[in-house]
Amino acid sequence: MSKTYEKYYVPAQSPWPIVGAVALFCIAFGAGHYVIDMSKQQTGFGGWLLLLGLAILVFMLVGWFRNVIDESMSGLYSSQMDRSFRQGMSWFIVSEVMFFMAFFGALFYGRVIAMEWLGGASNNAMTFAILWPDFQPVWPLVKTPGGIETQAMPAWGLPAINTAILLISSVTLHFAHTGLEQNKRGQLKGMLFVTLLLGVIFLCLQGYEYVHAYRDLGLRLDSGFYGNTFYLLTGFHGLHVTLGALILFFVFLRVLKGHFTPEKHFAFQAGAWYWHFVDVVWVCLFFFVYVL
Amino acid sequence: MSAITHEHEHDHDHDHKPTGIKRWLFTTNHKDIGTMYLVFALLMFFIGGSMAMVIRLELFQPGMQFVEPQFFNQMTTVHGLIMVFGAVMPAFTGLANWMIPMMIGAPDMALPRMNNWSFWILPFAFLILLLSLFMPGGGPDFGWTFYAPLSTTYSNDSTALFVFSVHIMGISSIMGAINVIVTIWNMRAPGMTWMKMPLFVWTWFITAFLLIMVMPVLAGAVTMVLTDKYFGTSFFDAAGGGDPVLFQHIFWFFGHPEVYIMILPAFGIVSAIIPTFARKPLFGYASMVYATASIAVLSFLVWAHHMFTTGMPVFATLFFMYCTMLIAVPTGVKVFNWVATMWRGAMTFEVPMMFALAFIVLFTIGGFSGLMLAITPADFQYHDTYFVVAHFHYVLVSGAVFSIIAAAYYWLPKWTGYMYDERLGQLHFWCSLISVNLLFFPMHFVGLAGMPRRIPDYALQFADFNAFISVGGFLFGLSQLIFVWVIVKCARGGEKATAQVWEGAEGLEWQVPSPAPYHTFDTPPEVK
Repeated sequence: MSKTYEKYYVPAQSPWPIVGAVALFCIAFGAGHYVIDMSKQQTGFGGWLLLLGLAILVFMLVGWFRNVIDESMSGLYSSQMDRSFRQGMSWFIVSEVMFFMAFFGALFYGRVIAMEWLGGASNNAMTFAILWPDFQPVWPLVKTPGGIETQAMPAWGLPAINTAILLISSVTLHFAHTGLEQNKRGQLKGMLFVTLLLGVIFLCLQGYEYVHAYRDLGLRLDSGFYGNTFYLLTGFHGLHVTLGALILFFVFLRVLKGHFTPEKHFAFQAGAWYWHFVDVVWVCLFFFVYVL
Repeated sequence: MSAITHEHEHDHDHDHKPTGIKRWLFTTNHKDIGTMYLVFALLMFFIGGSMAMVIRLELFQPGMQFVEPQFFNQMTTVHGLIMVFGAVMPAFTGLANWMIPMMIGAPDMALPRMNNWSFWILPFAFLILLLSLFMPGGGPDFGWTFYAPLSTTYSNDSTALFVFSVHIMGISSIMGAINVIVTIWNMRAPGMTWMKMPLFVWTWFITAFLLIMVMPVLAGAVTMVLTDKYFGTSFFDAAGGGDPVLFQHIFWFFGHPEVYIMILPAFGIVSAIIPTFARKPLFGYASMVYATASIAVLSFLVWAHHMFTTGMPVFATLFFMYCTMLIAVPTGVKVFNWVATMWRGAMTFEVPMMFALAFIVLFTIGGFSGLMLAITPADFQYHDTYFVVAHFHYVLVSGAVFSIIAAAYYWLPKWTGYMYDERLGQLHFWCSLISVNLLFFPMHFVGLAGMPRRIPDYALQFADFNAFISVGGFLFGLSQLIFVWVIVKCARGGEKATAQVWEGAEGLEWQVPSPAPYHTFDTPPEVK
């Protein structure tokens, strides 16, 4: 390595991508069989294959990220590389936004169009009169046309507290970032830790809310369109919070090891962007799923 | 395992290629990955094509001859899925991998390891899809559009495998698209400004954006199908407060941009080939860029033209009708520019040019039948008939597939270092051109006469046309064997190709030797 690495670093061969592909194969094939077996109430290899796939995925992520961190710490990455990573992460977040858009879109359509039409709006008077004349098109849809009844989740209890928790966690994460930029490592560590803690509290409260919904409100995944959108939106959001918390956890470990400088801290930045993104999704969720 | 230890020896020998199977499994080289994408797409083209042969065999005569209706449905479904996600999209991604870094003067793709990951997911995804055909009860049989409730209430057990295989295909596409977009944004050589980029790069840039926007929506759609079928949700079930039409909205919000994902790179290819063989610069470069961008924007506003017969309010159908027709304007700009490029050019007619010319004519036919379908009242008659099948095969086969074949002939000398066999290539072209029209043109007529699509049997009056169509189909399938022969022959040797290959070819990729060295640009070239 005679010259400085301002040239673009193209890594040599790597085993991790193919390991990752095998992992995704096991996950997809295993999950598919697991779901099929579950619907037929039989047991098979699906669940085990799924777990194996997840294990391989974790193994792959550890190995891949170890390579990347080693390369980064040994100064192989130019500022152009850094831009590639940042842009890649930004576009990944755009794709995640669109994933949530599919479910928000379903929610808006079901609530604004499908429900009204089932209640006879537009040119659907006969549909309503003949199929489900007793149906009341009111949101939250606590009684489906088919007659399944449930209760709505009120917004101004736990959900409002959870909103506050996530919003505060975004602020603490921001202070962790300014701490990193001003090289105040204490502030960085403390604020990052608080952020993580708030994330975990959020997840615990969310779990408690699910138990409460299932046990006390009779609000289940299969209790009609309201339950469907409620659980898929909050569920996928919860998965994303989990992923974001895991990213921040590993970033925290790296901070403890003394990684990151005020100038170069892509991993921290990416984790922070992801965290702010799940936060914004939650705010939309709070309004459209709980409040309105 | 660590990449760093190898870096030293790597520096000394730029053309050092790893050998054996590891080269392909572990590669981070955009050319290797591009080759794998292209070979995979060709393989899938033949697997999906053989399913089309089964369909045409059954439809050769009225009545039921060879296959069960349920198997016929599986064939139409998996044929569509394989051709869209396994053949056309990976072929374009392969071309992007090979050509974009060379065209913009980059050392490789921006994220080389992720590049390899996004390729290797694909064979596994299609393995799952093909294996599902052998499950008890059979594979997916609800059409590649998997409309609810066909895919929820009435689908067979293996649907979960279909769902998860589409999930990982989507992951692959999104990672591929992120790689392309970041490469183009961040890795252009000094002086390669936005408006100097070759149009293939521009069209892929916009395609990648579309992919990132819509593939996650497809993931959402299959997820809802999964939960509706297996977990008791009712997104697409009116009894639970949902709506089967909601499925169509979500699916086509993905599906219509997807159509442009499969044609915009084709525009880029044709915009590269026509100037080369007309020996004139492309007419109206800037307008081509803006036309591509406007098509991309409009593609998000037209999805419900697939759904005119679902009973949407009149206002909505009018909106989607006008937006759809609006797309004809930028598309017309493109066709005009290609023709204007050839105007008074010193033209020669090598195989890539022949396929590009056929593309312009036949794609335009497909575009026009698209305009007919865009007219709401007329669509009430055309909907779900063979007219639709004729329309989208004109734009996909004699459009997208022809452009991919043209690209393969155009760049094969750059990839292999040898010229392909021009005589065989011309034979391939003429066989393909004649048979593709035998195959798809009569479909317009049977469609207008009311023959429904996706049905294994038909009324007697369609018999002659269908026999004709099937013969065209078998001939088209056989013609593609010539293509394989040409490729294999070219890879094994032949006349040495020069760096420029084609007399009129311009651009960075024609300034490096043929075959292109394993690592093209160690230091970025200066673009004036």
